[in-house]
Amino acid sequence: MEQFTGKVWVLDDDIDTDIIIPTEYLAMKTIEEMRQYAFSPLRPELASKITSGDILVAGKNFGCGSSREQAPEVVKALGIRCVIAKSFARIFFRNAINNGLLLIEQPDLHDRIKEGDTITVTVNQAIEAGGKQYPITSLPGNLVEIIEAGGLVKAMRRRNGRI
Amino acid sequence: MGMTIAEKIIARAAGVEQVRAGDIHTVTLDRMMSNDGTTHLTVDMYNNKLKHPHVADAGKMVFIVDHNVPSDSPKTAAAQKKMRDFAREHQIDFWEGKGVCHQIMMEHYVCPGELIFGADSHTCTYGALGAFGTGVGCTDLLYGMVTGTSWVLVPETVKFNLTGRLQKGVYPRDLMLTIIGKIGANGVNYQVMEFCGDGVKTLSVNDRMVLCNLSVEAGAKTAIFEADEIALEYLKSRGREPKAVFSSDPDAAYAKEYTFDLAEIRPVVAKPDFVDAVVPAEEVCGIRIDEAFLGSCNNGRIDELRVGAAIVKGKKIPGHVRFLVVPASQEVYLQAMEEGLIETFMESGAIVMNPNCSVCWGSCQGVIGEGEVLISTGTRNFKGRAGHPSSKVYLGSAATVAASAVRGEICMADCLATS
Repeated sequence: MEQFTGKVWVLDDDIDTDIIIPTEYLAMKTIEEMRQYAFSPLRPELASKITSGDILVAGKNFGCGSSREQAPEVVKALGIRCVIAKSFARIFFRNAINNGLLLIEQPDLHDRIKEGDTITVTVNQAIEAGGKQYPITSLPGNLVEIIEAGGLVKAMRRRNGRI
Repeated sequence: MGMTIAEKIIARAAGVEQVRAGDIHTVTLDRMMSNDGTTHLTVDMYNNKLKHPHVADAGKMVFIVDHNVPSDSPKTAAAQKKMRDFAREHQIDFWEGKGVCHQIMMEHYVCPGELIFGADSHTCTYGALGAFGTGVGCTDLLYGMVTGTSWVLVPETVKFNLTGRLQKGVYPRDLMLTIIGKIGANGVNYQVMEFCGDGVKTLSVNDRMVLCNLSVEAGAKTAIFEADEIALEYLKSRGREPKAVFSSDPDAAYAKEYTFDLAEIRPVVAKPDFVDAVVPAEEVCGIRIDEAFLGSCNNGRIDELRVGAAIVKGKKIPGHVRFLVVPASQEVYLQAMEEGLIETFMESGAIVMNPNCSVCWGSCQGVIGEGEVLISTGTRNFKGRAGHPSSKVYLGSAATVAASAVRGEICMADCLATS
Protein backbone atom coordinates (compact mmCIF):
# COMPACT_ATOMS: atom_id res chain seq x y z
CA MET A 1 0.00 0.00 0.00
CA GLU A 2 1.40 3.40 -1.01
CA GLN A 3 2.57 5.53 1.91
CA PHE A 4 3.94 9.06 2.12
CA THR A 5 4.74 11.69 4.74
CA GLY A 6 4.35 15.44 4.38
CA LYS A 7 4.04 18.80 6.08
CA VAL A 8 0.51 20.13 6.48
CA TRP A 9 -1.12 23.42 5.47
CA VAL A 10 -4.54 23.98 7.04
CA LEU A 11 -7.55 25.76 5.48
CA ASP A 12 -11.11 26.00 6.79
CA ASP A 13 -14.62 25.29 5.40
CA ASP A 14 -16.03 26.24 1.97
CA ILE A 15 -12.75 26.99 0.18
CA ASP A 16 -14.25 27.91 -3.21
CA THR A 17 -12.71 27.73 -6.67
CA ASP A 18 -12.45 31.55 -6.87
CA ILE A 19 -10.15 31.39 -3.84
CA ILE A 20 -8.19 28.46 -5.25
CA ILE A 21 -7.61 30.41 -8.47
CA PRO A 22 -9.31 33.80 -9.01
CA THR A 23 -10.98 34.57 -12.34
CA GLU A 24 -8.52 37.31 -13.26
CA TYR A 25 -5.65 34.82 -13.63
CA LEU A 26 -7.53 32.20 -15.69
CA ALA A 27 -6.51 33.70 -19.03
CA MET A 28 -2.82 33.03 -18.29
CA LYS A 29 -1.25 30.67 -20.78
CA THR A 30 0.18 28.09 -18.40
CA ILE A 31 -0.66 26.56 -15.04
CA GLU A 32 2.95 27.23 -13.98
CA GLU A 33 2.34 30.96 -14.46
CA MET A 34 -1.02 30.74 -12.68
CA ARG A 35 0.00 28.71 -9.63
CA GLN A 36 1.68 31.62 -7.78
CA TYR A 37 -1.80 33.17 -7.41
CA ALA A 38 -3.40 30.08 -5.88
CA PHE A 39 -5.38 30.91 -2.72
CA SER A 40 -4.37 34.59 -3.11
CA PRO A 41 -7.70 36.20 -2.04
CA LEU A 42 -7.42 34.37 1.27
CA ARG A 43 -3.67 33.92 1.83
CA PRO A 44 -1.52 35.69 -0.75
CA GLU A 45 1.71 34.25 0.71
CA LEU A 46 0.61 30.61 0.74
CA ALA A 47 1.53 29.59 -2.83
CA SER A 48 5.15 30.72 -2.38
CA LYS A 49 5.53 28.78 0.87
CA ILE A 50 4.17 25.43 -0.30
CA THR A 51 6.88 22.98 -1.29
CA SER A 52 6.59 19.79 -3.25
CA GLY A 53 5.19 16.92 -1.21
CA ASP A 54 3.21 19.13 1.21
CA ILE A 55 -0.33 18.14 2.16
CA LEU A 56 -3.40 20.39 2.28
CA VAL A 57 -5.97 19.76 5.02
CA ALA A 58 -9.32 21.54 4.84
CA GLY A 59 -12.78 21.60 6.38
CA LYS A 60 -16.06 20.81 4.64
CA ASN A 61 -17.05 21.54 1.01
CA PHE A 62 -13.54 22.10 -0.37
CA GLY A 63 -13.65 23.23 -4.01
CA CYS A 64 -17.22 24.51 -4.09
CA GLY A 65 -18.21 26.83 -6.92
CA SER A 66 -17.19 26.89 -10.53
CA SER A 67 -16.24 24.00 -12.83
CA ARG A 68 -12.88 25.61 -13.69
CA GLU A 69 -10.42 22.77 -14.00
CA GLN A 70 -7.55 25.15 -13.36
CA ALA A 71 -8.46 24.80 -9.66
CA PRO A 72 -7.22 21.23 -9.15
CA GLU A 73 -4.50 21.88 -11.72
CA VAL A 74 -2.89 24.71 -9.72
CA VAL A 75 -3.11 22.68 -6.52
CA LYS A 76 -1.29 19.86 -8.25
CA ALA A 77 1.20 22.23 -9.89
CA LEU A 78 2.15 23.59 -6.46
CA GLY A 79 3.36 20.11 -5.60
CA ILE A 80 0.55 19.30 -3.16
CA ARG A 81 0.71 15.52 -2.65
CA CYS A 82 -2.94 15.21 -1.66
CA VAL A 83 -5.85 17.19 -0.24
CA ILE A 84 -7.56 15.86 2.87
CA ALA A 85 -10.91 17.47 3.69
CA LYS A 86 -14.07 16.79 5.67
CA SER A 87 -15.87 16.83 2.31
CA PHE A 88 -15.37 17.95 -1.30
CA ALA A 89 -17.71 19.70 -3.72
CA ARG A 90 -18.60 17.27 -6.50
CA ILE A 91 -17.36 19.06 -9.64
CA PHE A 92 -14.00 19.75 -7.99
CA PHE A 93 -13.84 16.11 -6.87
CA ARG A 94 -14.33 14.84 -10.41
CA ASN A 95 -11.92 17.38 -11.90
CA ALA A 96 -9.24 16.51 -9.35
CA ILE A 97 -9.50 12.79 -10.09
CA ASN A 98 -9.43 13.52 -13.84
CA ASN A 99 -6.16 15.41 -13.31
CA GLY A 100 -4.57 12.76 -11.12
CA LEU A 101 -4.80 14.75 -7.86
CA LEU A 102 -5.43 12.51 -4.86
CA LEU A 103 -8.32 13.57 -2.58
CA ILE A 104 -9.10 11.97 0.76
CA GLU A 105 -12.21 12.49 2.88
CA GLN A 106 -11.58 12.39 6.62
CA PRO A 107 -14.03 14.01 9.05
CA ASP A 108 -11.87 14.42 12.19
CA LEU A 109 -8.29 15.21 11.20
CA HIS A 110 -8.87 18.90 10.35
CA ASP A 111 -9.97 19.82 13.85
CA ARG A 112 -7.12 18.02 15.57
CA ILE A 113 -3.99 19.16 13.78
CA LYS A 114 -2.27 22.49 13.23
CA GLU A 115 -0.37 23.99 10.35
CA GLY A 116 3.22 22.78 10.14
CA ASP A 117 2.48 19.34 11.61
CA THR A 118 3.82 16.34 9.76
CA ILE A 119 1.47 13.48 8.93
CA THR A 120 1.77 10.12 7.21
CA VAL A 121 -0.84 8.88 4.76
CA THR A 122 -1.29 5.23 3.88
CA VAL A 123 -3.54 5.34 0.82
CA ASN A 124 -6.92 3.59 1.17
CA GLN A 125 -6.11 2.78 4.80
CA ALA A 126 -5.33 5.49 7.38
CA ILE A 127 -3.65 8.76 8.26
CA GLU A 128 -1.20 8.92 11.15
CA ALA A 129 -0.91 12.28 12.91
CA GLY A 130 0.51 13.02 16.36
CA GLY A 131 0.67 9.33 17.21
CA LYS A 132 -3.02 8.86 16.39
CA GLN A 133 -4.57 6.89 13.54
CA TYR A 134 -7.40 8.36 11.45
CA PRO A 135 -9.18 5.76 9.26
CA ILE A 136 -9.95 6.54 5.63
CA THR A 137 -12.15 4.67 3.18
CA SER A 138 -11.00 3.18 -0.11
CA LEU A 139 -11.63 4.92 -3.40
CA PRO A 140 -13.49 2.87 -6.03
CA GLY A 141 -11.15 0.94 -8.30
CA ASN A 142 -11.89 2.95 -11.44
CA LEU A 143 -10.96 6.20 -9.68
CA VAL A 144 -7.69 4.76 -8.32
CA GLU A 145 -6.83 3.68 -11.86
CA ILE A 146 -7.36 7.24 -13.13
CA ILE A 147 -5.29 8.85 -10.36
CA GLU A 148 -2.43 6.37 -10.73
CA ALA A 149 -2.29 6.97 -14.48
CA GLY A 150 -2.01 10.71 -13.85
CA GLY A 151 -5.49 11.64 -15.03
CA LEU A 152 -8.47 10.55 -17.14
CA VAL A 153 -6.93 11.06 -20.57
CA LYS A 154 -3.81 9.08 -19.68
CA ALA A 155 -5.88 6.36 -18.04
CA MET A 156 -8.04 5.90 -21.12
CA ARG A 157 -5.03 5.84 -23.43
CA ARG A 158 -3.45 3.23 -21.21
CA ARG A 159 -6.64 1.16 -21.02
CA ASN A 160 -7.69 0.86 -24.65
CA GLY A 161 -5.89 3.37 -26.83
CA ARG A 162 -9.32 4.44 -28.08
CA ILE A 163 -8.51 8.10 -27.62
CA MET B 1 -38.40 -0.37 -6.37
CA GLY B 2 -39.44 2.75 -8.25
CA MET B 3 -37.14 5.41 -9.65
CA THR B 4 -36.97 9.20 -9.49
CA ILE B 5 -36.96 11.38 -12.63
CA ALA B 6 -33.17 11.75 -12.42
CA GLU B 7 -32.70 7.97 -12.10
CA LYS B 8 -34.99 7.34 -15.09
CA ILE B 9 -32.97 9.73 -17.25
CA ILE B 10 -29.71 8.03 -16.28
CA ALA B 11 -31.24 4.58 -16.90
CA ARG B 12 -32.36 5.67 -20.36
CA ALA B 13 -28.92 7.13 -21.16
CA ALA B 14 -27.24 3.98 -19.85
CA GLY B 15 -29.59 1.69 -21.80
CA VAL B 16 -30.65 -0.25 -18.71
CA GLU B 17 -34.00 -0.93 -17.07
CA GLN B 18 -33.13 0.11 -13.57
CA VAL B 19 -30.52 2.20 -11.77
CA ARG B 20 -30.06 2.85 -8.06
CA ALA B 21 -28.27 5.61 -6.18
CA GLY B 22 -24.62 4.64 -5.75
CA ASP B 23 -24.38 2.63 -9.01
CA ILE B 24 -21.76 3.68 -11.54
CA HIS B 25 -22.96 3.59 -15.16
CA THR B 26 -21.52 4.40 -18.55
CA VAL B 27 -23.96 6.72 -20.30
CA THR B 28 -24.41 8.06 -23.82
CA LEU B 29 -24.64 11.83 -23.58
CA ASP B 30 -27.49 13.57 -25.43
CA ARG B 31 -25.80 16.93 -25.60
CA MET B 32 -22.66 18.77 -24.53
CA MET B 33 -22.09 22.48 -24.04
CA SER B 34 -18.82 24.33 -23.59
CA ASN B 35 -18.14 28.08 -23.23
CA ASP B 36 -15.14 30.39 -23.49
CA GLY B 37 -14.31 29.88 -19.82
CA THR B 38 -12.49 26.64 -20.64
CA THR B 39 -13.06 25.51 -24.26
CA HIS B 40 -9.55 26.62 -25.29
CA LEU B 41 -8.18 24.18 -22.70
CA THR B 42 -10.33 21.38 -24.12
CA VAL B 43 -9.09 22.19 -27.63
CA ASP B 44 -5.47 22.23 -26.42
CA MET B 45 -5.88 18.77 -24.87
CA TYR B 46 -7.65 17.54 -28.01
CA ASN B 47 -4.76 18.73 -30.19
CA ASN B 48 -1.86 17.80 -27.94
CA LYS B 49 -2.75 14.86 -25.75
CA LEU B 50 -4.79 12.43 -27.86
CA LYS B 51 -3.46 9.75 -30.15
CA HIS B 52 -6.61 9.54 -32.26
CA PRO B 53 -8.46 12.83 -31.94
CA HIS B 54 -11.96 12.93 -33.40
CA VAL B 55 -15.40 14.28 -32.48
CA ALA B 56 -17.89 11.47 -31.86
CA ASP B 57 -21.00 13.45 -32.89
CA ALA B 58 -20.67 17.16 -33.70
CA GLY B 59 -24.48 17.42 -33.75
CA LYS B 60 -24.53 16.98 -29.98
CA MET B 61 -21.98 19.74 -29.35
CA VAL B 62 -22.67 23.43 -28.72
CA PHE B 63 -19.92 26.05 -28.19
CA ILE B 64 -20.98 29.40 -26.73
CA VAL B 65 -18.81 32.48 -26.19
CA ASP B 66 -20.37 34.32 -23.25
CA HIS B 67 -17.85 34.88 -20.47
CA ASN B 68 -15.73 37.63 -22.04
CA VAL B 69 -17.90 39.22 -24.72
CA PRO B 70 -16.65 41.04 -26.69
CA SER B 71 -13.10 39.90 -25.92
CA ASP B 72 -11.26 42.34 -23.69
CA SER B 73 -7.60 41.42 -24.14
CA PRO B 74 -5.26 39.66 -26.58
CA LYS B 75 -5.38 36.63 -24.26
CA THR B 76 -9.16 36.21 -24.33
CA ALA B 77 -9.20 37.01 -28.06
CA ALA B 78 -6.71 34.18 -28.65
CA ALA B 79 -8.72 31.75 -26.51
CA GLN B 80 -11.93 32.61 -28.36
CA LYS B 81 -10.26 32.36 -31.77
CA LYS B 82 -9.09 28.86 -30.90
CA MET B 83 -12.66 27.93 -29.96
CA ARG B 84 -14.16 29.56 -33.06
CA ASP B 85 -11.69 27.87 -35.42
CA PHE B 86 -12.28 24.47 -33.82
CA ALA B 87 -16.07 24.84 -34.07
CA ARG B 88 -15.80 25.78 -37.72
CA GLU B 89 -13.45 22.91 -38.55
CA HIS B 90 -15.69 20.33 -36.86
CA GLN B 91 -19.09 21.84 -37.78
CA ILE B 92 -20.04 22.44 -34.17
CA ASP B 93 -22.92 24.86 -33.45
CA PHE B 94 -21.27 28.12 -32.42
CA TRP B 95 -22.82 31.12 -30.66
CA GLU B 96 -21.11 34.36 -29.89
CA GLY B 97 -22.55 37.43 -28.20
CA LYS B 98 -26.08 36.03 -28.40
CA GLY B 99 -26.47 35.37 -24.71
CA VAL B 100 -25.31 33.61 -21.57
CA CYS B 101 -24.71 29.94 -22.38
CA HIS B 102 -27.50 28.47 -20.23
CA GLN B 103 -30.04 30.93 -21.58
CA ILE B 104 -29.06 30.02 -25.16
CA MET B 105 -29.30 26.32 -24.28
CA MET B 106 -32.78 26.75 -22.80
CA GLU B 107 -34.01 28.88 -25.70
CA HIS B 108 -32.67 26.60 -28.44
CA TYR B 109 -31.62 23.11 -27.34
CA VAL B 110 -32.64 21.57 -24.00
CA CYS B 111 -35.40 18.95 -24.15
CA PRO B 112 -37.08 17.00 -21.33
CA GLY B 113 -35.47 13.64 -20.61
CA GLU B 114 -32.02 14.53 -21.97
CA LEU B 115 -28.74 13.92 -20.17
CA ILE B 116 -26.53 16.95 -20.79
CA PHE B 117 -22.96 17.73 -19.73
CA GLY B 118 -21.86 21.34 -19.71
CA ALA B 119 -18.40 22.66 -18.92
CA ASP B 120 -19.94 25.16 -16.53
CA SER B 121 -21.22 24.63 -13.02
CA HIS B 122 -24.64 26.19 -13.69
CA THR B 123 -25.56 23.55 -16.30
CA CYS B 124 -27.97 22.34 -13.59
CA THR B 125 -30.34 25.05 -14.94
CA TYR B 126 -31.73 22.59 -17.51
CA GLY B 127 -33.77 20.74 -14.91
CA ALA B 128 -36.36 23.48 -15.36
CA LEU B 129 -37.40 21.57 -18.49
CA GLY B 130 -37.08 18.11 -16.97
CA ALA B 131 -33.58 17.47 -18.34
CA PHE B 132 -30.60 16.20 -16.33
CA GLY B 133 -27.95 18.88 -16.87
CA THR B 134 -24.75 18.81 -14.87
CA GLY B 135 -21.52 20.76 -14.76
CA VAL B 136 -18.20 19.10 -15.52
CA GLY B 137 -14.61 20.19 -16.11
CA CYS B 138 -12.85 20.40 -19.45
CA THR B 139 -11.32 16.90 -19.22
CA ASP B 140 -14.75 15.30 -18.76
CA LEU B 141 -16.06 17.45 -21.60
CA LEU B 142 -13.17 16.33 -23.83
CA TYR B 143 -13.80 12.69 -23.00
CA GLY B 144 -17.50 13.11 -23.79
CA MET B 145 -16.77 14.92 -27.03
CA VAL B 146 -14.38 12.23 -28.23
CA THR B 147 -16.26 9.12 -27.09
CA GLY B 148 -19.86 10.36 -26.95
CA THR B 149 -20.07 8.76 -23.51
CA SER B 150 -19.08 9.30 -19.89
CA TRP B 151 -19.50 7.69 -16.49
CA VAL B 152 -21.88 8.80 -13.77
CA LEU B 153 -22.28 7.77 -10.18
CA VAL B 154 -26.06 7.74 -9.76
CA PRO B 155 -26.82 10.45 -7.16
CA GLU B 156 -29.40 10.22 -4.42
CA THR B 157 -32.44 12.45 -4.86
CA VAL B 158 -33.71 14.87 -2.21
CA LYS B 159 -37.36 15.91 -2.49
CA PHE B 160 -38.35 19.57 -2.09
CA ASN B 161 -42.10 19.72 -1.70
CA LEU B 162 -43.33 23.23 -2.50
CA THR B 163 -46.76 24.35 -1.31
CA GLY B 164 -48.72 27.59 -1.65
CA ARG B 165 -47.82 30.61 -3.72
CA LEU B 166 -45.19 33.36 -3.42
CA GLN B 167 -46.57 36.64 -2.13
CA LYS B 168 -46.44 39.79 -4.21
CA GLY B 169 -42.96 41.32 -4.01
CA VAL B 170 -41.32 37.97 -3.26
CA TYR B 171 -39.50 36.12 -6.05
CA PRO B 172 -38.18 32.63 -6.85
CA ARG B 173 -34.70 33.97 -6.10
CA ASP B 174 -35.79 34.74 -2.53
CA LEU B 175 -37.15 31.20 -2.31
CA MET B 176 -33.96 29.54 -3.56
CA LEU B 177 -31.66 31.67 -1.40
CA THR B 178 -33.89 30.82 1.58
CA ILE B 179 -33.59 27.09 0.77
CA ILE B 180 -29.78 27.34 0.42
CA GLY B 181 -29.59 29.31 3.66
CA LYS B 182 -31.50 26.54 5.41
CA ILE B 183 -29.70 23.48 4.01
CA GLY B 184 -26.22 25.04 3.62
CA ALA B 185 -23.65 25.37 0.84
CA ASN B 186 -23.12 21.60 0.80
CA GLY B 187 -26.61 20.69 1.99
CA VAL B 188 -27.27 18.46 -1.01
CA ASN B 189 -23.68 17.61 -1.99
CA TYR B 190 -23.67 15.14 -4.87
CA GLN B 191 -27.46 14.83 -4.70
CA VAL B 192 -30.33 15.81 -6.98
CA MET B 193 -32.87 18.40 -5.81
CA GLU B 194 -36.30 17.40 -7.12
CA PHE B 195 -38.94 20.11 -6.86
CA CYS B 196 -42.54 18.95 -6.64
CA GLY B 197 -45.86 19.68 -4.95
CA ASP B 198 -48.74 22.05 -5.70
CA GLY B 199 -46.46 25.07 -5.45
CA VAL B 200 -44.59 24.18 -8.65
CA LYS B 201 -47.77 24.81 -10.65
CA THR B 202 -47.45 28.50 -9.74
CA LEU B 203 -43.92 28.66 -11.18
CA SER B 204 -43.15 29.46 -14.83
CA VAL B 205 -40.21 27.93 -16.72
CA ASN B 206 -38.35 31.19 -16.01
CA ASP B 207 -39.03 30.78 -12.28
CA ARG B 208 -37.95 27.13 -12.38
CA MET B 209 -34.69 28.12 -14.06
CA VAL B 210 -33.95 30.47 -11.15
CA LEU B 211 -34.36 27.57 -8.71
CA CYS B 212 -32.46 24.94 -10.68
CA ASN B 213 -29.63 27.30 -11.61
CA LEU B 214 -28.65 27.99 -7.99
CA SER B 215 -28.85 24.34 -6.90
CA VAL B 216 -25.08 23.94 -7.41
CA GLU B 217 -24.62 26.57 -4.68
CA ALA B 218 -26.02 23.95 -2.30
CA GLY B 219 -23.64 21.34 -3.75
CA ALA B 220 -26.22 19.59 -5.96
CA LYS B 221 -25.26 17.53 -8.99
CA THR B 222 -28.40 18.90 -10.55
CA ALA B 223 -31.98 19.98 -9.82
CA ILE B 224 -35.06 18.88 -11.68
CA PHE B 225 -38.76 19.50 -12.21
CA GLU B 226 -41.15 17.09 -13.88
CA ALA B 227 -41.82 18.25 -17.46
CA ASP B 228 -45.48 19.19 -16.90
CA GLU B 229 -47.83 21.10 -19.19
CA ILE B 230 -46.08 24.40 -18.35
CA ALA B 231 -42.72 22.99 -19.50
CA LEU B 232 -44.21 21.26 -22.55
CA GLU B 233 -45.96 24.47 -23.58
CA TYR B 234 -42.64 26.36 -23.39
CA LEU B 235 -41.03 23.62 -25.49
CA LYS B 236 -43.82 23.61 -28.06
CA SER B 237 -43.71 27.39 -28.44
CA ARG B 238 -40.09 26.94 -29.49
CA GLY B 239 -40.80 24.11 -31.91
CA ARG B 240 -39.11 21.35 -29.94
CA GLU B 241 -40.23 17.88 -28.85
CA PRO B 242 -39.35 16.12 -25.61
CA LYS B 243 -36.83 13.29 -25.65
CA ALA B 244 -38.79 11.62 -22.86
CA VAL B 245 -41.21 12.81 -20.21
CA PHE B 246 -40.58 11.15 -16.86
CA SER B 247 -42.35 11.29 -13.50
CA SER B 248 -40.96 9.97 -10.25
CA ASP B 249 -42.58 6.70 -9.15
CA PRO B 250 -44.66 6.76 -5.95
CA ASP B 251 -42.26 4.25 -4.38
CA ALA B 252 -39.07 5.99 -5.54
CA ALA B 253 -36.38 6.36 -2.89
CA TYR B 254 -35.50 9.81 -1.53
CA ALA B 255 -32.53 10.51 0.73
CA LYS B 256 -34.46 13.25 2.49
CA GLU B 257 -37.58 15.37 2.12
CA TYR B 258 -38.18 19.05 2.82
CA THR B 259 -41.35 21.12 2.59
CA PHE B 260 -41.38 24.84 1.91
CA ASP B 261 -44.54 26.95 2.02
CA LEU B 262 -44.04 29.58 -0.67
CA ALA B 263 -46.43 31.96 1.13
CA GLU B 264 -43.99 32.15 4.07
CA ILE B 265 -41.00 33.22 1.99
CA ARG B 266 -39.85 36.83 2.48
CA PRO B 267 -37.21 38.92 0.65
CA VAL B 268 -33.73 37.76 1.66
CA VAL B 269 -30.12 38.66 0.92
CA ALA B 270 -27.00 36.46 0.95
CA LYS B 271 -24.19 38.30 2.71
CA PRO B 272 -20.51 38.15 1.73
CA ASP B 273 -18.68 35.76 1.22
CA PHE B 274 -21.00 32.74 1.19
CA VAL B 275 -24.20 31.98 -0.73
CA ASP B 276 -25.65 30.28 2.36
CA ALA B 277 -25.10 33.36 4.58
CA VAL B 278 -28.76 34.24 4.03
CA VAL B 279 -30.57 36.81 6.18
CA PRO B 280 -33.88 38.70 5.96
CA ALA B 281 -33.28 41.65 3.61
CA GLU B 282 -34.22 44.04 6.46
CA GLU B 283 -31.03 43.09 8.31
CA VAL B 284 -28.71 44.55 5.68
CA CYS B 285 -30.76 47.59 4.63
CA GLY B 286 -28.74 50.80 4.77
CA ILE B 287 -25.39 49.36 3.68
CA ARG B 288 -23.94 51.79 1.14
CA ILE B 289 -23.28 50.30 -2.31
CA ASP B 290 -20.98 51.27 -5.17
CA GLU B 291 -22.49 49.06 -7.84
CA ALA B 292 -25.68 47.13 -8.58
CA PHE B 293 -25.95 44.32 -11.14
CA LEU B 294 -29.14 43.07 -12.76
CA GLY B 295 -28.37 40.14 -15.05
CA SER B 296 -26.76 36.63 -15.20
CA CYS B 297 -27.96 33.13 -16.09
CA ASN B 298 -29.82 33.17 -12.80
CA ASN B 299 -31.73 36.41 -13.04
CA GLY B 300 -31.31 38.29 -16.33
CA ARG B 301 -34.48 37.26 -18.14
CA ILE B 302 -37.49 39.30 -19.17
CA ASP B 303 -39.35 38.65 -15.89
CA GLU B 304 -36.53 40.15 -13.83
CA LEU B 305 -35.99 43.07 -16.23
CA ARG B 306 -39.70 43.90 -15.92
CA VAL B 307 -39.45 43.84 -12.12
CA GLY B 308 -36.33 46.02 -12.14
CA ALA B 309 -37.68 48.51 -14.69
CA ALA B 310 -40.94 48.98 -12.79
CA ILE B 311 -38.93 49.96 -9.71
CA VAL B 312 -36.51 52.41 -11.38
CA LYS B 313 -39.13 53.99 -13.66
CA GLY B 314 -39.11 57.76 -13.29
CA LYS B 315 -36.27 57.67 -10.75
CA LYS B 316 -32.56 58.56 -10.99
CA ILE B 317 -29.65 56.38 -9.94
CA PRO B 318 -27.45 58.43 -7.56
CA GLY B 319 -24.05 59.58 -8.82
CA HIS B 320 -22.01 57.24 -6.63
CA VAL B 321 -23.70 54.08 -8.01
CA ARG B 322 -22.98 52.19 -11.22
CA PHE B 323 -26.11 50.25 -12.15
CA LEU B 324 -25.32 47.52 -14.69
CA VAL B 325 -28.23 45.94 -16.56
CA VAL B 326 -27.30 42.91 -18.66
CA PRO B 327 -30.09 40.99 -20.46
CA ALA B 328 -29.36 37.25 -20.47
CA SER B 329 -29.74 36.94 -24.24
CA GLN B 330 -30.41 38.99 -27.34
CA GLU B 331 -33.90 37.54 -27.44
CA VAL B 332 -34.47 38.92 -23.94
CA TYR B 333 -32.83 42.22 -24.94
CA LEU B 334 -35.11 42.65 -27.98
CA GLN B 335 -38.18 41.84 -25.92
CA ALA B 336 -37.09 44.38 -23.31
CA MET B 337 -36.64 47.00 -26.01
CA GLU B 338 -40.07 46.26 -27.40
CA GLU B 339 -41.59 46.73 -23.95
CA GLY B 340 -39.70 50.00 -23.38
CA LEU B 341 -37.72 48.55 -20.46
CA ILE B 342 -34.31 49.44 -21.91
CA GLU B 343 -35.40 53.04 -22.32
CA THR B 344 -36.59 53.09 -18.70
CA PHE B 345 -33.25 51.74 -17.46
CA MET B 346 -31.23 54.21 -19.53
CA GLU B 347 -33.34 57.17 -18.46
CA SER B 348 -32.67 56.22 -14.84
CA GLY B 349 -28.93 56.35 -15.49
CA ALA B 350 -28.28 52.60 -15.76
CA ILE B 351 -25.50 51.22 -17.95
CA VAL B 352 -27.17 48.69 -20.27
CA MET B 353 -24.67 46.12 -21.56
CA ASN B 354 -24.65 43.41 -24.22
CA PRO B 355 -25.68 39.90 -23.09
CA ASN B 356 -22.81 38.13 -21.32
CA CYS B 357 -21.72 36.83 -17.90
CA SER B 358 -20.45 40.27 -16.88
CA VAL B 359 -19.46 40.95 -13.28
CA CYS B 360 -21.13 37.74 -12.08
CA TRP B 361 -17.89 35.97 -12.90
CA GLY B 362 -15.62 38.88 -12.06
CA SER B 363 -14.04 39.52 -15.40
CA CYS B 364 -14.60 41.60 -18.50
CA GLN B 365 -17.21 44.08 -17.25
CA GLY B 366 -18.01 45.91 -14.06
CA VAL B 367 -15.25 44.47 -11.88
CA ILE B 368 -15.24 46.22 -8.50
CA GLY B 369 -12.29 47.76 -6.69
CA GLU B 370 -10.74 47.66 -3.25
CA GLY B 371 -13.34 47.74 -0.47
CA GLU B 372 -16.23 48.34 -2.89
CA VAL B 373 -19.70 46.89 -2.37
CA LEU B 374 -21.86 45.27 -5.05
CA ILE B 375 -25.45 44.12 -4.78
CA SER B 376 -26.12 41.55 -7.43
CA THR B 377 -28.57 39.15 -9.02
CA GLY B 378 -25.55 37.01 -9.96
CA THR B 379 -24.88 33.47 -8.88
CA ARG B 380 -22.10 33.84 -6.29
CA ASN B 381 -20.70 36.16 -3.65
CA PHE B 382 -17.41 34.40 -2.88
CA LYS B 383 -14.50 36.43 -1.58
CA GLY B 384 -13.04 38.41 -4.48
CA ARG B 385 -15.48 36.85 -6.95
CA ALA B 386 -16.37 40.23 -8.50
CA GLY B 387 -12.97 41.90 -8.28
CA HIS B 388 -10.63 42.95 -5.49
CA PRO B 389 -10.26 40.42 -2.63
CA SER B 390 -11.46 43.05 -0.14
CA SER B 391 -14.61 43.90 -2.13
CA LYS B 392 -17.99 42.61 -0.99
CA VAL B 393 -20.89 41.05 -2.90
CA TYR B 394 -24.46 40.82 -1.59
CA LEU B 395 -26.98 38.68 -3.50
CA GLY B 396 -30.64 39.68 -3.72
CA SER B 397 -33.67 39.56 -6.01
CA ALA B 398 -34.07 41.84 -9.03
CA ALA B 399 -36.46 43.95 -6.93
CA THR B 400 -33.96 44.36 -4.09
CA VAL B 401 -31.12 45.11 -6.51
CA ALA B 402 -33.13 47.72 -8.43
CA ALA B 403 -34.39 49.38 -5.25
CA SER B 404 -30.83 49.43 -3.85
CA ALA B 405 -29.55 51.00 -7.08
CA VAL B 406 -32.08 53.82 -6.71
CA ARG B 407 -31.42 54.37 -3.00
CA GLY B 408 -27.60 54.02 -3.19
CA GLU B 409 -27.71 51.60 -0.30
CA ILE B 410 -29.22 48.16 0.22
CA CYS B 411 -32.97 48.68 0.26
CA MET B 412 -36.07 46.55 -0.13
CA ALA B 413 -38.50 47.48 -2.88
CA ASP B 414 -41.26 47.92 -0.28
CA CYS B 415 -39.23 50.50 1.64
CA LEU B 416 -38.47 52.43 -1.54
CA ALA B 417 -42.15 52.54 -2.42
CA THR B 418 -43.18 53.87 0.97
CA SER B 419 -40.38 56.40 1.46
